[in-house]
Amino acid sequence: MAQMTMIEAIREAHDVAMGTDKRVVVYGEDVGFFGGVFRCTAGLQEKYGKSRCFDAPINESGIVGTAIGMAAYGLKPVIEIQFADYVYPAFDQIASEAARLRHRSNGDFTCPLVIRMPTGGGIFGGQTHSQSPEALFTHVSGLKVVLPSNPRDAKGLLLASIADPDPVIFLEPKRLYNGPFDGHHDKPIVSWKNHALGDVPDGDEIVPLGKAHTFREGSDVTVLAYGTMVYVAEAAAEETGVDAEIIDLRTLLPLDLEAITESVKKTGRCVIVHEATRTSGFGAELMSLVQESCFYHLEAPMIRVTGWDTPYPHAQEWEYFPGPGRVGEALRKVMED
Amino acid sequence: MTQDTAPLSLNVPEPGCRPGDTPDFSDFEIPRAGAVGRPPVDVDPDEIRDMAFSIVRVLNKEGKAVGEWAGALSVEELRLGLRHMLLLRTFDARMQNAQRQGKTSFYMQHLGEEAVSCAFARALEPGDMNFPTYRQAGLLFAVDYPMLTMMNQIYSNAKDPLAGRQLPIMYSSKEHGFFSISGNLGTQFVQSVGWAMASAISGDTKIATGWIGDGSTAESDFHAAMVFASTYKAPVVLNIVNNQWAISTFQGIARGGVGTFAARGHGFGIASIRVDGNDYLAVHAVARWAAERARKGFGPTLIEHVTYRAGGHSTSDDPSAYRAKSEAAAWPLGDPIERLKNHLITIGEWSEERQSQAEAEILDTVITLQKEAESVGTLAGGEAPSPRDMFEGVYETMPPHLVRQRQEAGF
Repeated sequence: MAQMTMIEAIREAHDVAMGTDKRVVVYGEDVGFFGGVFRCTAGLQEKYGKSRCFDAPINESGIVGTAIGMAAYGLKPVIEIQFADYVYPAFDQIASEAARLRHRSNGDFTCPLVIRMPTGGGIFGGQTHSQSPEALFTHVSGLKVVLPSNPRDAKGLLLASIADPDPVIFLEPKRLYNGPFDGHHDKPIVSWKNHALGDVPDGDEIVPLGKAHTFREGSDVTVLAYGTMVYVAEAAAEETGVDAEIIDLRTLLPLDLEAITESVKKTGRCVIVHEATRTSGFGAELMSLVQESCFYHLEAPMIRVTGWDTPYPHAQEWEYFPGPGRVGEALRKVMED
Repeated sequence: MTQDTAPLSLNVPEPGCRPGDTPDFSDFEIPRAGAVGRPPVDVDPDEIRDMAFSIVRVLNKEGKAVGEWAGALSVEELRLGLRHMLLLRTFDARMQNAQRQGKTSFYMQHLGEEAVSCAFARALEPGDMNFPTYRQAGLLFAVDYPMLTMMNQIYSNAKDPLAGRQLPIMYSSKEHGFFSISGNLGTQFVQSVGWAMASAISGDTKIATGWIGDGSTAESDFHAAMVFASTYKAPVVLNIVNNQWAISTFQGIARGGVGTFAARGHGFGIASIRVDGNDYLAVHAVARWAAERARKGFGPTLIEHVTYRAGGHSTSDDPSAYRAKSEAAAWPLGDPIERLKNHLITIGEWSEERQSQAEAEILDTVITLQKEAESVGTLAGGEAPSPRDMFEGVYETMPPHLVRQRQEAGF
């Protein structure tokens, strides 16, 4: 067990996977010699050689398209899209090709690849370095969508994703790369070091895909969150005194519906928090599922707290991004009903 | 704006010939057979830049094989090539008809382009992987993929190997080196480069081939494939099948008014060659050259197969609405089957009688198989794949939400 940041945990997951399976290859823009702009692949080229960890041309569709070919050959590519905002040129390769290959060829060809990308805001990245496109991927049959909130899960989920026989979209909340988030933009970033979730087990222990984690137990209301928003929800619960149970979804597709319904049936209330835009966001799916399976247990209408339906702004990001104030307001409102 | 600045206007290229016009290919430069030499496989792409503007041809007007690219195939192999092309043409005609009879939803034939895929396939080794479009079924015919299985897929019957999930002509066979076809254009071109890179990373000896149509070279993935192939010197042969038409859009729209498709390889430092796509011998010779080049580690080759789509784009297309009816007959590179047949007759290894016999025997074979496939079922009736199949194989293990949906659907 060692204390590490999410960046270090992701790097270690790569190291473990590359060390145990020669089929694992890692590439993307700047990931080779430099080790990635966020340093998630630092040292891998030196350790495993240039043919297993290398820089790619700036062409996202090309990065994903070649990885599909490699996966079909029998390798296990782990590729990096430098920011999730850059993934759109590769969307056709992901949605029409990687996601469908197994099904359309009736298992003749498969596509075990992992597409990693930093996601979300909170670092003054403006419109093109802050987006949260997870709902675009959860809408595509054949993909798995993973979004860890801490170093321990990041390592275990990435190892599980690399071992998975199907294509996995692995979204890394960049606001959490170096430390957890207390929900307030004017407070310094706390390091993962000396934080319980910064304790990362050695070796190849996985965190299974499709399993949520009860981040905070509570009895008043269930908060469904993932990534950065887990910490915003925690701050809101502490500041309002509402005894919220926070479910960190960890995997959005396939979703741990059992953990969600069990919690909502217990608390009778549900608040959903994500930083992506609201309309047709993943919160809409969560709300539908909770309504379908827990309607008679609900004591109040569910509430979504999300980013606004605008492009992600630069200077106003703390007004865009749900903070403990907005989440706290939702918690109070849901308790009043 | 100064007074002498005229308003700008947009250039929209137009083909030389439209319905009602007389086809005119007089400005289409065709070198003599044998005129283009055969460079060594380790040639520097810079030294063969002219090959992207010329056309490698082997069969001359008299039906003789001439020049440095000739002599690669035995008589037996040539007869086999003729048989593959005849099988494909007969199969196409029967399946086109079956679509008209409502036995399937859709079909795409290869009329006029049979040599491209049939000849190319014979230059590859078992284990190599093709990433084809919908018009390279010849890659399957030439490696003896069972025609009956293809028919079962076209009919989406209970023996369809893809369980009714794919469009009729979008085959898949890893065992036969045929990557699952996508309906999205150009995506497979870059995937072929990735497969080839994987072979190189693994220290393997297998190569990949990518296939794209002239129209789809306008897709970004064409350029993505070129940059990755060039950067990593991937062991891949990249093929552009220039059959002149992307549905109703002539090749000048994707290409612009200058250059050739092959010349696009120059900007990437990729060896680039144009070949007469209606000349079985030329296609095979160039394919073998490029495959050897890839296998020996000299990097990718871009081949533009110059051919003509004599039929419609698909069963949903009527080409008489956008091009002259006589254009196919006027196509100066002729018909690939006629040309190979004439070559064999010229060298005394075939005859019109043997051709008629072969055609009759092949038609008989295809009809017998067709009856067998239809006895299982067609899209119009008979034994069909289970609706349960659509839920299977989305993931290796069916996740809970799909299990719930399958149950909800009643399967």
